[in-house]
Amino acid sequence: MTPRPGFVLEVDGSTPPTLFWNGEGFTLERLPEGSRVVYAPEPLDALKDPVGAIRHALEHPTGDSKPLSALLFPGMRLTICFDDVSLPLPPMQAPDARQMVMEEVLDAAASAGVDDVVLIAALALHRRMTEPELRHALGDRIYEAFAPHGLLTQHDAEDPDNLIHLGKTDEGEDVEINKRAATSDLLVYVNISLVAMDGGHKSVATGLASYKSLRHHHNPTTMRHSKSFMDAPSSELHTSNWRMGRLIANSGVKVFQIETTLNTDTFPPQFAFLQRREWEWTLRDRATYAATAAALEAAPGRLARQIFHSIRAPHALTSVQAGEVEAVHEQTLSSVWRQQGVVVDGQTDILTMGLPYICPYNVNSIMNPILVACLGLGYFFNLYRGQPLVREGGVLIMQHPTRADFDPAYHPSYIDFYEQVLTETTDPTEMHKVYEESFATDPWYVHLYRTGHAYHGVHPFYMWYWCAHALEHLGRVIVLGGDPKVVRQMGFSPASTMADALEIASDVVGGSPTLTHLHAPPIMLADVQ
Amino acid sequence: MKALLFEHNLPRFAASRLVSGLGSGRGAKVAPLRLVDAEPPDLPDQGWHRVAPVLSGICGSDLATLDGRSSRYFEPLVSFPFVPGHEVVGTIEAPAGAADGTPLAAGGRVVIQPVLGCTARGIEPPCSSCAAGHTGDCEHVAFGHLSPGIQTGFCADTGGGWSTAGLVAHESQLYAVPENLSDADAVTVEPVACALHAVLAAQLGDDQVVAVLGAGTLGLATVAALSHLGSQGLVPVPKALLVGARYANQRALASELGASAALSEDQLPQAVRRHSRSMAMGGPSGGRLTGGADVVFDCVGSAESIGQSLAMVRPRGTVVLVGMPGRVSVDLASLWHREVRLLGAYAYGTETVRKRPRPTFSLAIDTVAAMGTGRLVSATYPLDRFEEAVAHAGAAGRRGAVKIAFDLRATSKRATSKGGHR
Repeated sequence: MTPRPGFVLEVDGSTPPTLFWNGEGFTLERLPEGSRVVYAPEPLDALKDPVGAIRHALEHPTGDSKPLSALLFPGMRLTICFDDVSLPLPPMQAPDARQMVMEEVLDAAASAGVDDVVLIAALALHRRMTEPELRHALGDRIYEAFAPHGLLTQHDAEDPDNLIHLGKTDEGEDVEINKRAATSDLLVYVNISLVAMDGGHKSVATGLASYKSLRHHHNPTTMRHSKSFMDAPSSELHTSNWRMGRLIANSGVKVFQIETTLNTDTFPPQFAFLQRREWEWTLRDRATYAATAAALEAAPGRLARQIFHSIRAPHALTSVQAGEVEAVHEQTLSSVWRQQGVVVDGQTDILTMGLPYICPYNVNSIMNPILVACLGLGYFFNLYRGQPLVREGGVLIMQHPTRADFDPAYHPSYIDFYEQVLTETTDPTEMHKVYEESFATDPWYVHLYRTGHAYHGVHPFYMWYWCAHALEHLGRVIVLGGDPKVVRQMGFSPASTMADALEIASDVVGGSPTLTHLHAPPIMLADVQ
Repeated sequence: MKALLFEHNLPRFAASRLVSGLGSGRGAKVAPLRLVDAEPPDLPDQGWHRVAPVLSGICGSDLATLDGRSSRYFEPLVSFPFVPGHEVVGTIEAPAGAADGTPLAAGGRVVIQPVLGCTARGIEPPCSSCAAGHTGDCEHVAFGHLSPGIQTGFCADTGGGWSTAGLVAHESQLYAVPENLSDADAVTVEPVACALHAVLAAQLGDDQVVAVLGAGTLGLATVAALSHLGSQGLVPVPKALLVGARYANQRALASELGASAALSEDQLPQAVRRHSRSMAMGGPSGGRLTGGADVVFDCVGSAESIGQSLAMVRPRGTVVLVGMPGRVSVDLASLWHREVRLLGAYAYGTETVRKRPRPTFSLAIDTVAAMGTGRLVSATYPLDRFEEAVAHAGAAGRRGAVKIAFDLRATSKRATSKGGHR
């Protein structure tokens, strides 16, 4: 049966309550009649022979590129870089797409007699991956073959000995990336494009860059002019990355880009109701929902977190393409939109969303308040092409418990950002001017980033900058179910019930607003007409 | 006329210590403190004058006394029974001369510099400390023609501020209150003087990270002192002035008074680490700092606060004890290993400002006027509600207050002058 496309439901008297994610839990909310609910398309069929498709892509590259086998030769330096733990979400069931692709690349390299091979996790300023995470992404065979010999590395954006400055773009942007990757005879990049924002020149220009380079596009001005991140031609973030990527190519760095796309099969069978439309819930779905919601309500927070973070998504490959970066990425975008695109007719006064337990930066960790803001205002708000789902001056209502809980090992600078920056200002431009550099160059954060599993000191700023476009666009942000003190510290309005939230929203959008609910995850991209 | 009299009564000391375990200030009900009918104290000698208190603050050291938590160190330095109250603004009964020689008209407002040093005690020649102007360090506070007492408010002969019967003060203790100071401003002169003395004793350097731990009256006065002295070029302006405060209203006041960041007490070490660009040992959440603040003002004086101060001061840095400590148990290994200077800062005397001597109180009056520290006075009580007043002072932070004071004026006067308080 052909998977059904995305769907926009208009709520009427017979519509059952709508599922809202609520961190490590969920609720059912009855939305006002006339509200719209945007559902993701059903998962596309998986590639029947993913390994065959990978081999085909490597030998039949896209754009101006030779087949991989023709680029490999004895005595060469080969560096294979790959997306880190932030992709995909939730982590996918084994084998991971990266493992499948890299096994083929390594087989090809071995066949060509290539000995000097190094693998690099393209962290940018993210935390270093743990051994279990690396094993999961690459498979035990690759891990065992490379890690013990120091050939499985993680990009260190603070290692002056392994960075190379390739020049400045026409806009004066420094391009400084991983030296081993840049000076190799071939840089193979293995990507997972979960959303339209991923991949393309962003893989190398961001994933392998230093703070000196990243700050040119990870700043409030660029973020405000990225409308949206999911629509590269309208995204200043991408424009900057494309300038850098072209400079990298013109510097003689040979990049062989391999991009994969996944379907929206996000949850395993025991959580299948999470990706079904409520009126199609079976008796079993309802029972599962009720039992799961009750169990999560009763479970200690730590246990609930463990349960959710142990979820492995049954994501399947829907496409793989390889070759020249821009040509590859064009095909990737086409696949992503084919899976995730939903046409939505016009904007809304109020956009609602339930935020789940995970975002790219808290895999196996805690969703702290800054990440809550980033997920709602940076990611979900930006899941559009054309114009935002919510009108300018409208209201965003996002549901999440939003507590002042932090992971001190993964997010140490977030704690200080929350306590020392957000208490002074929530304005991205102001914090960029006054605070960013001191966090970015803090020797303690640098130490933790390089030697532990901490996100870089500047990372919470970037998360807040991701919100800049939404903060400028919206008339009010309401956090439903969040700790009022925490919510207010971020400059948002707390509400304890949906009725309260709508009452608060009416101050901004009047008494008869239109309302649209983004029923994600699974992820979708709204093509707002 | 009434006064609150504190008597020597060991069972009641013990009881108040026990009850204060439920919360500071709770001990007032069982402490050896009584509201009594009182007569004005006798003038001890020439140069002494009667002062009618207008407002008199309740200080941390008063609370420690009432709670039975005061160190036994002070036993020979006080005389019983005494009327507490050393933060005093009042009116002078008869014409007099102030400490700086300014003539004071009858009825004029004065603040009392409460230290009872050699001059007040009629001791000639004065001890070396008094001779040098450091009256707070007087070696003779238990001698001379007065009963022992380090300050007015702890001496059986002078009376204290918690009285409508008045007190007596030597002219060396009197400072005129300028017209532009409200009574609330004036009653904060004494704690501000303590803070100024501490700040000047710290000998701040350029571009330093300064931390203030605790934001009760003394902590906030220290912030005000740092801001005012910095703005006048009398001490270097800190690169960062970080304040650790338990309560939100304290943090707001600290910011108003010039703190570059006001945080909860448990976040202060993290902020110090960040501003001093220090590393940390013992975990990614901070642990023990390798560097730290150049100067830490401990405005609490507990074992915990001293320990925290030592943990966030840099090697060869300075911890200034502004808050009155008692008998505490503190690990001094870091003090020894990091060669930290632990500096006591008690009271006031004469400061060297721009290479010239200046009484701390005179400097404090200017600081109070510039910084408007009268805003720290949160509530006043009549003397007969002393139990409520002391309980309020003991729970000031939690109840959103800072300085609690007694209003010693007649009820009618209190009503008419209400608007004079900030």
